[in-house]
Amino acid sequence: MPTMTYRQAVTEAIAAEMRRDDAVVFFGEDVAKAGGVFKVTPGIYEEFGPVRVRDTPISEQAIVGTALGAAITGLRPVAELMFADFIPVAMDQIVNQVAKYRFMSGGQFTVPLTIRASQGAGGGFGTQHSQCAESWLMNFPGLKVVAPSSPADMYGLLRAAIRDDDPVIVLEHKSLYNLVGEVDLEAAPEELGQAAVARAGEDITLVATQQMLQRALATAEKLADEGIKPEVIDLRSLAPLDGATILRSVRKTSRLIIVEEAPRLGGWGANVAALVADEGLFYLDAPIKRVNMENALIAYSPALEDEIIPNAQRIEGAVRQLLS
Amino acid sequence: MDRLDKESRTHALLAMVKIRLAEEEIQNLFMANLVRGTTHLAIGQEACSAGVALALSKGDTVTCSYRGHGHALALGMSLRSLMAEMMGKESGACKGRGGSMHMTDKSIGLLGANAIVGAQLPIALGAALTAQVRRTGAIAATFFGDGAANIGLCHESMNMASVWKLPVIFICENNLYGEYSHIRETTPIDDIADRAGAYAMPGVIVDGQDVEAVHAATVSAAERARNGQGPSLLELKTYRYGGHSRSDTAPYRKPGELAQWQERDPIDILAARMYSDGELDPEEFLEIKEAIAGEVFDAVEWAKAEPFPSPQSLEDYVYAAS
Ligand SMILES: Cc1ncc(C[n+]2csc(CCOP(=O)(O)OP(=O)(O)O)c2C)c(N)n1
Ligand SMILES: [Mg+2]
Repeated sequence: MPTMTYRQAVTEAIAAEMRRDDAVVFFGEDVAKAGGVFKVTPGIYEEFGPVRVRDTPISEQAIVGTALGAAITGLRPVAELMFADFIPVAMDQIVNQVAKYRFMSGGQFTVPLTIRASQGAGGGFGTQHSQCAESWLMNFPGLKVVAPSSPADMYGLLRAAIRDDDPVIVLEHKSLYNLVGEVDLEAAPEELGQAAVARAGEDITLVATQQMLQRALATAEKLADEGIKPEVIDLRSLAPLDGATILRSVRKTSRLIIVEEAPRLGGWGANVAALVADEGLFYLDAPIKRVNMENALIAYSPALEDEIIPNAQRIEGAVRQLLS
Repeated sequence: MDRLDKESRTHALLAMVKIRLAEEEIQNLFMANLVRGTTHLAIGQEACSAGVALALSKGDTVTCSYRGHGHALALGMSLRSLMAEMMGKESGACKGRGGSMHMTDKSIGLLGANAIVGAQLPIALGAALTAQVRRTGAIAATFFGDGAANIGLCHESMNMASVWKLPVIFICENNLYGEYSHIRETTPIDDIADRAGAYAMPGVIVDGQDVEAVHAATVSAAERARNGQGPSLLELKTYRYGGHSRSDTAPYRKPGELAQWQERDPIDILAARMYSDGELDPEEFLEIKEAIAGEVFDAVEWAKAEPFPSPQSLEDYVYAAS
């Protein structure tokens, strides 16, 4: 099986779908000739040409609206919004148009479109280029939202998103672009809407995505030396939310920690906590714990940025607290 | 000036009368509280939708705003489908999920009526992109108001359509008001068409009360779009006789303004031309109106008796599998 970076997995997924289906088109700011600001899509323009792969003006709303119009008339667009922090610029098109279009028309249209954006902190990009967008996007029936955490998942989930007949937002974490992993290029696309057990364990459940998943896994590895065996769940899909996988794990471990790269109020972890409170309260031996950014914004200074985002010590501390 | 033949004129006349009578009936339904919510009528603006629709071909697409009943009817939506949608019935165009502001009918190329000002513009770009990528020869027309011309997305859409030479026609129905504000209070120019130059596209001012002028301007813009020369902006000077929406009595209008515009009524203008060219006489016209009034009555009565969507169907059409 070939190994590749998370970044290359994006390129491979788009290229594979464009080869397979001539309805797939790809556009965004500087994605074509320059290969993207994160150099995630080099070679796509060269292979598929200027009709199917386009650089756009800096017009996030028009990018999403154009993708929508193309999707309801027979294409399968992949639109890039660069930094996820720019998603709010196109929020009307995403929430009032893309998410509602099929419903408002009484099912006359399907909306097979994919929106990609790069999210997350840790790179010193400052307050307006570092946020995670998952939590903003979960309150809109009609939309699907995924956050792949490994090269294999990126390849599998992005291809699934492109093939899906509903609009899917694929959030790429920029701290993971250089993460290397094995990717089976011939594998069937992943199924959307499913979480995965990233590390099996029995003492406590950690639920996380992307950069926080990496940190949760590192914490689990460290604690294993002491005989503590956390189970780590990679959420993968924010909408729909895979309650069954979370509940199965909590039933086994009786303890739940949710690790989020997001502020506490309105963070996706609140939904996971509510789900377990609703349907799994009696599995629990301890209160649900959320490790997140509390009420802080992401700062430029490395000293602050590294404190704001949950780090290994905070995750480890939470585990010890819940197990004591 | 390009004049239409008798057949096309008759078609346009019928369309305009149908829109007028249907919308008068819609207003009655809302005022009698037989339908709840709000509605936005295009009475006075019928030549805009009728003229454009007459110039489009099968396969072309349209997006428009909440003031969209006229566009739907001009493109050929059935009165029954429209009235049932108005009342939120399962047999409505959008199965009752859309309502007055969201008339949509894929089968006639009407991709949707939008209640977010200006949001329909880029959706037309997408339809035009499909036509360009697939080389179908189709074009996309998008209707919007003078108020919508001040939305940022209008700028984004015109710019991007021009850069990509998309087969789009931007059709601004300038009815002088955005909600309760006169264009002079919100816009530093009188003619929205002036903005076309900034996007390197033709900007044409058209008499929006003259269905033949609207048709002719649309034909030119459509030809340009189909030839790969890119988008055009048509500004149709028009006027809505009613208020902005159901409950607006339009107290902000200058006295006499409405009467002045009613002297240039789009239906009267065409009918007068047809009389003088011997293509119609007043008696025939009366019969036409009565026949259409009958169709409207039938559609309303039919729709009233149709069932509402079942409560079990609440989550239908949210995702593709449903
Ligand atoms: C983004 C947005 N802002 C405000 C409104 C409220 N609103 C509805 S219609 C309207 C006026 C629009 O005027 P115009 O574009 O001239 O269209 P007209 O109603 O005259 O057809 C406004 C402000 C809205 N629906 N969407
Ligand atoms: Mg107006």
